Amino acid sequence: MSAVPPAPTPPAVPLSGWGRTAPTAARLVRPRSREEAVDALRACAGRGGIARGLGRAYGDAAQNAGGAVLDMTGLDRVHTIDADTGTVVCDAGVSLHHLMEVLLPLGWFVPVTPGTRYVTVGGAIGADIHGKNHHVSGSFSRHVRSFDLLTADGSVRTVKSGGKLFNATAGGMGLTGVILKAKLRCLPVGTSFMSVDTERASDLDDLMARLTATDHRYRYSVAWIDLLARGAATGRAVLTRGDHAPLDALPDRARRAPLDFRPRRLPAAPAFLPEGLLHRTTVGLFNELWYRRAPRSRTGELQRVSSFFHPLDGVPHWNRVYGRGGFVQYQFVVGYGQEEALRRIVRRITEHRCPSFLAVLKRFGDADPGWLSFPLPGWTLALDIPAHLPGLARLLDGLDEEVAAAGGRVYLAKDSRMRPEVLSAMYPQLPAFRALRAELDPDAVFRSDLSRRLGL
Amino acid sequence: MKDAFGTPQSLLVLGGTSEIAQATAHRLVTRRTRDIWLAGRPSPTLERSAQALRDRGADTRTVPFDALDPESHETALGKVFAEGDVDMVLMAFGTLGDQARDEADPVAATRVAQTNYTGAVSAGLVCARALQAQGHGSLVVLSSVAAERARRSNFIYGSSKAGLDAFAQGLGDALHGTGVHVMVVRPGFVRSRMTAGLEEAPLATTPQAVAVAIEAGLRRRAETVWVPGRLRLVMSALRHVPRPLFRRLPV
Repeated sequence: MSAVPPAPTPPAVPLSGWGRTAPTAARLVRPRSREEAVDALRACAGRGGIARGLGRAYGDAAQNAGGAVLDMTGLDRVHTIDADTGTVVCDAGVSLHHLMEVLLPLGWFVPVTPGTRYVTVGGAIGADIHGKNHHVSGSFSRHVRSFDLLTADGSVRTVKSGGKLFNATAGGMGLTGVILKAKLRCLPVGTSFMSVDTERASDLDDLMARLTATDHRYRYSVAWIDLLARGAATGRAVLTRGDHAPLDALPDRARRAPLDFRPRRLPAAPAFLPEGLLHRTTVGLFNELWYRRAPRSRTGELQRVSSFFHPLDGVPHWNRVYGRGGFVQYQFVVGYGQEEALRRIVRRITEHRCPSFLAVLKRFGDADPGWLSFPLPGWTLALDIPAHLPGLARLLDGLDEEVAAAGGRVYLAKDSRMRPEVLSAMYPQLPAFRALRAELDPDAVFRSDLSRRLGL
Repeated sequence: MKDAFGTPQSLLVLGGTSEIAQATAHRLVTRRTRDIWLAGRPSPTLERSAQALRDRGADTRTVPFDALDPESHETALGKVFAEGDVDMVLMAFGTLGDQARDEADPVAATRVAQTNYTGAVSAGLVCARALQAQGHGSLVVLSSVAAERARRSNFIYGSSKAGLDAFAQGLGDALHGTGVHVMVVRPGFVRSRMTAGLEEAPLATTPQAVAVAIEAGLRRRAETVWVPGRLRLVMSALRHVPRPLFRRLPV
């Protein structure tokens, strides 16, 4: 019996993912400590609960209609940093942005970062995120030594890398429990600058050949594709590859503060923008300019980490440019040897004239052992498309089938529309995941809109 | 759960034999919808409607529901929601009545009002509460252009739809921010069993066209949908026509 009277139930608030589609309402609770998190979990009767970080998952992974959502950003302490080994112990609600703020001045960098710094460590493990260095460094969980997991029975377990529970949680979309704290190994860097090589590829085959031949020379590698270009230019792209710049590569002025981290922020996107701002003409124009603007070939350009990794973070709420209807992000991977499937899919997207100005192709390296972890060795393409585009639902269903038939998969952290039927083909370890969940959480305390929609 | 395009995985139809409802269900089955409940008065037609959906691969069940018996709504519909989440409720029951006969028979006239309005108030509130508890879902209410302005030729039906329409709009406002979306659909003259033998009005439409409009409305999370869309303009003009003139219009 607790002496403290129970807090009044907070009213339900509508929540959606970063893509702003399919909002649902949940009680949002924000624990400030491990104890409050345990209490919040106890109150998750009925329709269960799910942890949420900074809401950057595109789809419905961190929503829980009619139930509870635990906003973990209140647990935001960095506990210890070992400046010699680069080992960090921090709360799950700490963002990669905050980690960069504290780590960079000490000469360390986060081991893996996606296209935004505004993800939490808990979310990074739950989605087993990847970055431009996947072909070298693997996904986020590879750099996690252990984490503390609050499970359905209310107990907190320390889970070390290598075990079943670790592998179910890495990429498990928060459905095994609430990650409270994690221990990570970071990457030593000499400066907070990147040395960047840029080149253009004239079409998809040229792009794939360039990536295959030279990827291993770079720690970070990514290609932006113009999916509105047709005919001979189908798949034309701008490749951007780089590595952390060593101190002696910096000009004198920058050498005075080589580990500076001061990302610029532009004004936020307005709250109300009309739907249909991004259509084929505007996006086509943007893509044309973006392609022409890129140098045919340039080496050793110095860029700040924020502009190399997270250009969009400079515009808060950039997701609003898609208007009220929101957008769908589609990311899939097909293994090496399935290049023909990739070509077919790119052709279908191009033929459908999807106004996507953020289409990104990269090569994945070895997979990590997370059961529902997304990356597998192969080609991954990510694109975002306004949700109101006619025929989009059917197009993407068709692509799902191509992807599944090629032994590939769709990224759950970005999904908001997949049919449950194709899931088990994409994630062969799903039965093991379900069995462990049934054993660990028989009453299904951990639930999300994603888990309901896909029957995870 | 609904997907990013608002397509439901589970559907509850109130008025399971309605042609518009069937056209909508058939369309949604080709998308995502797998679990369907057809609520209505038990009849061979209701069973046939269910079987048609089963044949298309949807897990379809029927549940007895009588719009004219509001006391039973809580129990009948509660059973459905107890079985699992309902992503979309389609309120499609209603009767056109027979204007000439109903004007002469006030009791028959009240039956139109009770079915179309009173029954919808009670069923609508029961569903709204259940949807609110599950934190998501769309309540799609079939209103009519007849709700927009009373006409000599069908004002009994029109007034009942006007009540329903106002109720649904208010309910939509009440549920704003709860994760539940209320969509009022106002079709014009729909070629169906209900209108068989009647003289067709301009801009007549079909149950299939209404189904298409409903699907598009779900995707946009629209609050009002006119079918065909041009009726929105036509009706906003007609609404302001002075009555002496309106009386003489051939509408």
